Amino acid sequence: MGERRTIRTDYLARVEGEGAMTVRLQDGRVEHVELRIFEPPRFFEALLRGRAFAEAPDITARICGICPVAYQTSAVNALEDVCGVEVSEPIRLLRRLLYCGEWIESHALHVYMLHAPDFLGYQGAVELARDAPQAVERGLALKKTGNRLMAVVGGREIHPINVRVGGFYRAPSRGELRALVEPLERAREAALETVRWTAGFEFPERSVECTLVALSDPDGYAIERGRIRSDSGLDIAPADYDEFFVEEHVERSTALHSHLRDGGTYLCGPLARFSINYDQLSDAALDAAREAGLEAPCRDPFRSIVVRSVELVYACDEALRLIAAYEEPDVPAVQVDPVAGTGFGVSEAPRGLLYHRYRVDAEGTILDAKIVPPTSQNQRAIEDDLHDVVSRHVQLDDDALRGLCEQTIRNYDPCISCATHFLDLKVERG
Amino acid sequence: MRSRRLDGGSRSAGAGFAGAEAGKRRVVVAIGNGYRRDDGAGLAVAARLRGRVPSGVELVECEQEPSRLIDACDGAAAALVVDAVASGAPPGTLHRFDASSDPVPARLFRSSTHAFGVGEAIELARVLGRLPARVIVYGIEGAAFGAGEGLTEPVATAVERAADAVLADICNPEGDLAHA
Repeated sequence: MGERRTIRTDYLARVEGEGAMTVRLQDGRVEHVELRIFEPPRFFEALLRGRAFAEAPDITARICGICPVAYQTSAVNALEDVCGVEVSEPIRLLRRLLYCGEWIESHALHVYMLHAPDFLGYQGAVELARDAPQAVERGLALKKTGNRLMAVVGGREIHPINVRVGGFYRAPSRGELRALVEPLERAREAALETVRWTAGFEFPERSVECTLVALSDPDGYAIERGRIRSDSGLDIAPADYDEFFVEEHVERSTALHSHLRDGGTYLCGPLARFSINYDQLSDAALDAAREAGLEAPCRDPFRSIVVRSVELVYACDEALRLIAAYEEPDVPAVQVDPVAGTGFGVSEAPRGLLYHRYRVDAEGTILDAKIVPPTSQNQRAIEDDLHDVVSRHVQLDDDALRGLCEQTIRNYDPCISCATHFLDLKVERG
Repeated sequence: MRSRRLDGGSRSAGAGFAGAEAGKRRVVVAIGNGYRRDDGAGLAVAARLRGRVPSGVELVECEQEPSRLIDACDGAAAALVVDAVASGAPPGTLHRFDASSDPVPARLFRSSTHAFGVGEAIELARVLGRLPARVIVYGIEGAAFGAGEGLTEPVATAVERAADAVLADICNPEGDLAHA
C-alpha cells in the first residue's frame, strides 16, 4: 500500500449552496466517488401533504431561490393535469415568457459568477472582476434584465407571487411588457457577446457517454412543457415518467439516486436540451452556436458554459418574440375545480428536467407529492464523470486534482440548494 | 476589519449608518431562507423592522440569492445587511461588521444556503465601485440550517436584539455609531 493522503476542502465554492464529495484512491486507482446530497424536496413533499392544491405553486417556489418559476411551473402543470384543465394559449405563452426571465437570470449567474472563473484561472467572480470588470458588469446586467422580466410577469423577482393553478392572478398590460423591449434587446447583444467570450475559453477534450434526456415540444425549444425525450429514442408523456425513470435509495446518501429503468445513467440540462432540440433555437442563437463551434449532439460538460450562453441568446430572442405577439388574455386564469386523482407535471428548469407528481382528493387536498429536481437526476452522471476525470488525472497533486473535481461538478451547475448542503471535498489516497 | 459581538458588551464607535450623507438613499437588505430554519433569521429581522424604519430607508428582502444585494445597494449612500452566520460562536450571538472598507470574513457565511455568498457579493460590489460608502453587516449566529420552518430559541431571541440594533443604527444620528 502506498502513502495515504487525504485532501479536504470545507466546502465547494461557487456551487449553489454546499455539499460534500469524497474521492478515494487506492494504489493510483479510483476506488470510490461519492457526492453526498441533502434534499429539501423531501421536506417539501412532506410539507405539501394535507395542504390545498392552490398552495402548491407558492410553497414549491421556495424550494430554490434560483429557479422558483421552474418549481411553480411544474407544480401548476401537474395540478392542472389532475383536474383535467388545459390553460389558454395566451396564458401558456405568458408562463413561457416568465420562464425566459428565470433562464436569463440563472444562466447569467452561473456563466459569469460561478463558472467562467474556472476557465480563466480565477478563484472567483471577485478576482475576475478586478481584471475584467466590464465582463462581470455584462453578466450582472444580463441577470438584472432577467430579474426585471420575472418581476413584471411574476409580480416579484424572487418567489413570484403572481402564479396560480390555472394561470396568473393578474396579466401584465402590453405597456408593461413593452417597457422590457429595450433592456431585452441590450441583453440579447450582451448574450451574443457572452457566446463569443465563452467560446474563446480553452476546453479539455471531454465527452460523456450517458443517455441525454430533455423535454421536447413541436411548437418550440421546450421550456414550460413538453414530452420527455432522449437521444436514444425515448419519447414519453410526463405521466409515464415513473415507468421509465427510477429513484433508488443509496445508503450513504439521504438523497434518492435516479437512473433509467434499464439501469442506464442519464443526463438532463443544457447539453441534453441543445443536443435534442437545437434545430428549434432562434436563428441568432443557431448562428452564435455555429460560430462558437458547437455541434449537436454536444456531450462535453466543459462546453456546457457555451451552451448556456447560446440559451441566453435564445431566451432573450424568445422573450422579445413573445412580447411582440402578446395579447392580454381575456381572463388571467381559467377556473380550476378540484378533481380526485393523480397529475404529472414537467418543465425545463435552467439545470434540467424538473418532475412533479401530485395526488389530490375531491376537495383539492394534496394527499401525496413527489418532486424530482434536475440535480438529483444528474447525480449519478456527475459521479461517473468525476470517477473518469480523477482516473485520468491521478498524477496531479492534491490541489490540482481538487480544483479539477470542483470544476467538473460546476460543469453541471448543480443546484445544491435544492439537492445538497455542505459540500466537503475529500480525496483519500491509499 | 472591525468585528464585535454585541451581546452584553458595550458598543464602541464604528462607521455609522445614520451618519450617511443626508438626502441619499439608505437600504437595509435582509437575506435568508425561511425554509432552512435559522437561515431565515435575516428575514425574521426584516419582519420586525417592517413599518418601523424611517422614511428614506428602503427595506429589501433577499431570499436565498445574495448577488441581488449588489443591485439592491446600487446608488445607496449606506447599506445595512442582515444574514445568518455559522462561525462556531454560541447560537444567537450577534456579530456586527463594518464592511465599509474591509471585507467581511466570507467563510463566516458558509452555512447559508446562498449561491453566491454575502461576503462575495459585497466584495464584488466593492471591486466594481458599486459599494455604498457605508456598509454594516449584521450576522446572527444560527444553530440549525436543515430543511424546516421556525427559528431555534436562541436565534429567535437574537432576532429581537438584531432588530433593535439595526433600528439604533438607522435612527440615532447622534449615537456613538454615527461618529466613526
